[in-house]
Amino acid sequence: MTALLSGWTWAFVFSAATLGVAMTFVAYMTWLERKVAARMQNRIGPYEVGWPHGWLQPLADVLKLLVKEDTTPRAADRLLFNAGPILVVAPALVGFAFLPIAKGLAVVDHPYSFLFFIAFASLTLFGIFAAGWSSNNKYALLSALRMVAMAVSYEVPMILSLLIPAVWAGTFQLTGIVEAQRGLWFVLYPVVGQVAFLVFLLCALAEGNKSPLDILEAESELIAAYNVEYSGIKFALFYAGEYAHTLAICGLAATVFFGGYLGPSFLPGPIWLIVKSAALFVAILWIRWSLMRLRIDQAIRLNWTILLPVALVDLLFAAWWCVGA
Amino acid sequence: MGVPAVSAAPIEVVEREFGELALNMGPQHPSTHGVLRLVLHLSGETVVKAMPVIGYLHRGVEKLSEHLAYDQLAPVYERDDYLSPTSNSNAYVLAVEKLGGIEVPRRAQWVRALACEWQRIASHLVWLGTLGLDLGGALGGGTTLYMYCFREREKILDWLEALTGTRFHTNVNMVGGVRYDPDAASRAESTAMASEIEAALPELWSMSGGNPIFQERTRGVGVISKDLALGVGVTGPTLRASGVAYDVRAASPYDAYRELPPKVVTRTAGDAEARFQVRFEEIGVSLALVRTITEGLPAGPIFSRKPIKNPKATKLPAGEAYAAVESPRGELGFHIVSDGGPKPYRLKINAPSFKNLQVIPHVVPGGLLADVVATLGSLDPVMGDVDR
Amino acid sequence: MSAPDLTRFGASPAPIGIAIAPGVLLEALRHVRDAHGYRYYVLATAIERETGFEIVHAVRRHDPEDTLFVRVHVGKDAPEVDSAAFVYAGAEWHEREIFDLFGVRFRGHPDPRRILMPDEYPGHPLRKDFAMDTPWGYRP
Repeated sequence: MTALLSGWTWAFVFSAATLGVAMTFVAYMTWLERKVAARMQNRIGPYEVGWPHGWLQPLADVLKLLVKEDTTPRAADRLLFNAGPILVVAPALVGFAFLPIAKGLAVVDHPYSFLFFIAFASLTLFGIFAAGWSSNNKYALLSALRMVAMAVSYEVPMILSLLIPAVWAGTFQLTGIVEAQRGLWFVLYPVVGQVAFLVFLLCALAEGNKSPLDILEAESELIAAYNVEYSGIKFALFYAGEYAHTLAICGLAATVFFGGYLGPSFLPGPIWLIVKSAALFVAILWIRWSLMRLRIDQAIRLNWTILLPVALVDLLFAAWWCVGA
Repeated sequence: MGVPAVSAAPIEVVEREFGELALNMGPQHPSTHGVLRLVLHLSGETVVKAMPVIGYLHRGVEKLSEHLAYDQLAPVYERDDYLSPTSNSNAYVLAVEKLGGIEVPRRAQWVRALACEWQRIASHLVWLGTLGLDLGGALGGGTTLYMYCFREREKILDWLEALTGTRFHTNVNMVGGVRYDPDAASRAESTAMASEIEAALPELWSMSGGNPIFQERTRGVGVISKDLALGVGVTGPTLRASGVAYDVRAASPYDAYRELPPKVVTRTAGDAEARFQVRFEEIGVSLALVRTITEGLPAGPIFSRKPIKNPKATKLPAGEAYAAVESPRGELGFHIVSDGGPKPYRLKINAPSFKNLQVIPHVVPGGLLADVVATLGSLDPVMGDVDR
Repeated sequence: MSAPDLTRFGASPAPIGIAIAPGVLLEALRHVRDAHGYRYYVLATAIERETGFEIVHAVRRHDPEDTLFVRVHVGKDAPEVDSAAFVYAGAEWHEREIFDLFGVRFRGHPDPRRILMPDEYPGHPLRKDFAMDTPWGYRP
């Protein structure tokens, strides 16, 4: 099959296919979230649209948002206002390009793909800050300020905990990290692996703005926070971007901690990746829909006094294990 | 870049120090419990000054009272504190009966207490659910708590609908008695509901008061010292959480509470967590009370006067009376001045939320923006009560 | 100060509580607060009579349980009385409400603005001579 298509064509087709699968995955994860949340709250969730069980609901939502009026506040900074959603969606979707779906097969299979993924995932910070600043709205501004404090703080333990699989695998190439888990998934390594995963999970909650660390869009205080002035397709892009970001992070966690495309052969590799990402996403949802939200100073204190030392000590143990083993 | 056009209305000048942000938690806000406007001056995230602006829901109930007859007025007050309607009309009819020397049959007194206690439980469930929404957000754990509380509350509303015909503003109280009589099926349902809601309380506790994140959000937040509570005049669970053991049901008993004094729940910390614990424990106390009232409901008539043909014919002697009940928010009192006619000459409502809200400029400054929401949620204001 | 005639939570043909002169209001309130322990502020209300306005402050002590109504009478034209806001913190909003709805001014009040009605509202609604006619002729 690959012989039929030359290098550039193959790359284009593969990218388009990955993007299509990723966007569909993102759209249907919104459906899954609503269903899981509804079941936790003793309700049913989407049901009528695409009867039964509302499987056409994501499509209906996108169509509705497309036909809504696209308002821009008169005093808003136009360039940043329009750039905000794009800066949130694009880096999140780019993250999907680095995830390997089979041995040696990823849209971008670069020796430093791991670092690239983390770098792109951090770009969403700029989009949110642009949105918050340019909206000319005090609530959006407060939310943008909180975002900068939180995202910058939580990057540090996240990267430290993500370094642990890289240290064990000895490479920054994501396919290499997956291959190093052929014997045992990194999360199953006693204590060190689990602690690394837990620290990473908390930082993923913070980066993806999920309760208990969704201080950024604290709806009860800041109403809709950074996207309070957005409507229509730009709001849809923010929404999709947030989900894409979270799912990309879940995909990364599935890849570096849970073995990516590795699994019993009754399902093909890419399906395993999707299943593991979805399972992690449901775990994040479960936490999100059960717990209250922390205050900003409590969240920052949690980061610097607990997560960072734990991640550092864990990294030391992981390196020690590596040297000893 | 566009500049907003100058509007014709005068611009309100908000004085502030350099470096402060004047933020309007305006009348439309998800967590201000109704149409309350809080003008906050923020220095970063810390609140420096907080001024509540009320009056968005002022409907002129006290003026209206001077134009309607005594018998017509009881349902009007149910719209004041719209989360526990029966308490309002209960206080009103107590004041009128005190002024006119009207006796109320014992069964009617017990039915009033039963309705008030169920309304108290329903109101506390709303408070708990909305506190979850405030602290947890509509897109997070708060909604789960909210849905669970409202699931329990639906049972209470269904019971009220079976008894009175409406779910909420039930018009149960009349001057001289009550309008609806619970039959055996209603009483059995009431006891069964009490057991069901009591069984659901541990789960609600684990989602709120027993949750470390919730405790961190409410501990030490919005501390009202005992002196401040007495000087400002806060009432109800807010007062009891600051160490003053005053409950109108115990101090000046009315209705069935003369025979069944409830337990007065107090705490000393005075912070949002203490107020939370007082209200949560009160749900349990009310459930036990409901069971006692339902089982011991005395037989007899429910209305002591002849059927009212002409409401305007009821005249009360000239004089004054003050009567208060313990609504879920605190002491709800009616001060009626009569000149001997069929309509009140002056009627003043002592609204608990009005007094509780007054404490905000004293306790909110110094905390963070998130604490404002937690404090407001723990005070449990209802704007219909504040503005009347 | 003579021993007050206390009628609590009651009904009577006569007004409940004690009546004092407007000039000694603050001194009387401080006296009941400090010497008799009435530290809890309940409410302030106003009643319009033919001869003027009657301002009533209600205060309470918890041990032993008692509510005291302190009344002063002010004339109808330019009604003014001292503000109790610095004696009891809770009097602040109640006095604003009385000013808003009756037009009684409180000397020394820290924030003498309307509280329930809009700031530019003409007139004082709870007065008996407040025009209740609506453009479409309906009167309750």
